[in-house]
Amino acid sequence: MIEFCGIELEHQVINASGCFDVLAARQVFGEALVERFPFAAYVSKTVTLAARAGNPPPRLWESAGGMINSIGLPNPGVEVYLAHHVGEYARLGVPLITNVMGSSAGEFAELVERVAEREEVAAIELNVSCPNVATGLDIGADPRGLRDLLAVVRPLTRKPLIVKLTPNTADVAACAAAAEAGGADAVSLINTLRAMSLAPGGHGRPWLGGRTGGLSGPAIRAIALAQVASVAARVAVPVVGMGGVSSGADAAELLEVGARLVAVGSESFRDPAAGSRVAAELAAHFAENAA
Amino acid sequence: MTTPFGRRVSAVLSRRLVGRYVVLGIGEEAAVAEPGQFYMLAAVAGWGGGVDERPYLPRAVSVLYARDGEVGFLLEDVGPGTHRLCGLGVGEDVYLVGPLGQGFTPPPPGIEAILVGGGVGIPPLAMFQDRCGGQALLGFRTSEHAEAASLFAAPELATDDGSAGHQGHVTDLLDDLLETRQDIVVFACGPPAMLQAVQSRVARHQVPAQLALEAPMACGYGACFGCVVDTVAGYKRVCVDGPVFDAAVLV
Ligand SMILES: Cc1cc2nc3c(=O)[nH]c(=O)nc-3n(C[C@H](O)[C@H](O)[C@H](O)COP(=O)(O)OP(=O)(O)OC[C@H]3O[C@@H](n4cnc5c(N)ncnc54)[C@H](O)[C@@H]3O)c2cc1C
Ligand SMILES: Cc1cc2nc3c(=O)[nH]c(=O)nc-3n(C[C@H](O)[C@H](O)[C@H](O)COP(=O)(O)O)c2cc1C
Ligand code: FES
Repeated sequence: MIEFCGIELEHQVINASGCFDVLAARQVFGEALVERFPFAAYVSKTVTLAARAGNPPPRLWESAGGMINSIGLPNPGVEVYLAHHVGEYARLGVPLITNVMGSSAGEFAELVERVAEREEVAAIELNVSCPNVATGLDIGADPRGLRDLLAVVRPLTRKPLIVKLTPNTADVAACAAAAEAGGADAVSLINTLRAMSLAPGGHGRPWLGGRTGGLSGPAIRAIALAQVASVAARVAVPVVGMGGVSSGADAAELLEVGARLVAVGSESFRDPAAGSRVAAELAAHFAENAA
Repeated sequence: MTTPFGRRVSAVLSRRLVGRYVVLGIGEEAAVAEPGQFYMLAAVAGWGGGVDERPYLPRAVSVLYARDGEVGFLLEDVGPGTHRLCGLGVGEDVYLVGPLGQGFTPPPPGIEAILVGGGVGIPPLAMFQDRCGGQALLGFRTSEHAEAASLFAAPELATDDGSAGHQGHVTDLLDDLLETRQDIVVFACGPPAMLQAVQSRVARHQVPAQLALEAPMACGYGACFGCVVDTVAGYKRVCVDGPVFDAAVLV
């Protein structure tokens, strides 16, 4: 058992927000998904106040050792999320972490209040870092903005608040310190790095419907390691490390530099059961090192 | 029937050339799939490290046949992913997730299925004809590509260069048919331009059609929201809500 912000977890591997849709996966894989749920907690895709359709396609580009996405946070809005999704997620038998994103401190406050009412929600992750939505980037890229945001939302709930930091900033450790000073219970990183790809044809036209997108996968793992190390050295609150993890060895490195938990994102696209595999490899890795 | 959870490893059991395409048979104990469904495939060895360090993600590939412990695929080498898959030899291991997606819905009794296929889009139609019959209209670039028409019974052919069958587009063949027939359902799979041409023709003649779409995919099972297509009900994921869509819902 692993303790994280007062929550008991079976192991140290959870999913990265937006990289595993439980409702779709259950439709495809049936009850096996619930019986063999790959993660120690389930982190929802980002929820916003109003429904969002997301960005126009194309939304994906495969790049060297990774991928660029401009999904644009499609979601049905907080009403539908609370009415129809929370109950389904609670059936998984693992703690539920709800990821929310507002375009202002006021919107964040409304989201946190609504979500915190629900007993099924173990913790709330604040997405202040999605590079696809201009406002998210602004709040999370600036330590002062983060302090102001937490001053508004921290008093609203006793549930653990996890701040998902943006890597698209000059000093991520300063942002982490601001989140901690504002009362965050944990920080998570890294989100995707702002990136771009051009449509074939040599016209200089962006390929992605959102023009730019976010880079993920093995291509960002070395950056994730550096940022997690610098944040873990700076703050006392637990750190959820992610970015390019595709094996137990990758996960172990993030833990070695100070992460408490590891999240698996893009690797789940390649293998729906990647979470369980990474957790098993991690356990084997520890057993080997202890021997 | 649900899809087995997680990625499995299986070996290539057979490989043959059909014109400019490669047909791979991969071991799959419970080989059950519907025409129009697909798998996500990746080679276990040597995935990555091609041009621009690709491929990274697995590739969506339609089922050509599923029987006797083997699932078959038709591949065209168009980039690093299909290049690696086309180069697989018998005995080499493949990661597979599938079968995935919603396939074709067979027509009601008395209604004939018209199967309109272009290039590497023909596998779902070949599988459909094998199970439910129907008249195939196939379009290819050249007679060499058109050798893949051998996967069908009594197909009508069109080629861009006129080296086999009618010179022109496969939709020319469909036009002739739509002039005289209304008791049909059109099933189509092929390049976007062909599907658009089919869509506007069936709309004009008020004939129902089911179109199997392609979209860039990362996961194939609804996890990434990367594969959306615009419909009258908003963006839908091609991998879980499709790949087969009623032509009338696509905008
Ligand atoms: C449901 C479904 C079924 C399919 N069935 C088959 C099948 O039966 N047989 C078959 O051969 N193919 C099939 N495909 C198509 C195949 O999955 C894609 O063409 C795949 O992208 C090929 O990968 P590649 O690396 O070979 O080529 P890519 O390099 O991916 O090139 C293919 C196309 O993708 C675009 N592209 C180019 N570079 C990139 C990049 N870096 N990132 C994103 N897009 C890029 C371009 O438009 C290019 O023409 C299917 C696709 C879907 C969605
Ligand atoms: C397709 C896709 C969708 C994502 N959606 C979200 C999201 O809704 N909210 C969020 O906070 N992060 C989102 N992310 C970022 C991931 O949670 C994660 O921070 C990032 O992908 C790095 O991890 P990875 O390299 O393991 O994928 C998304 C990433 C991808 C690739
Ligand atoms: S390919 Fe990921 S949602 Fe369709």
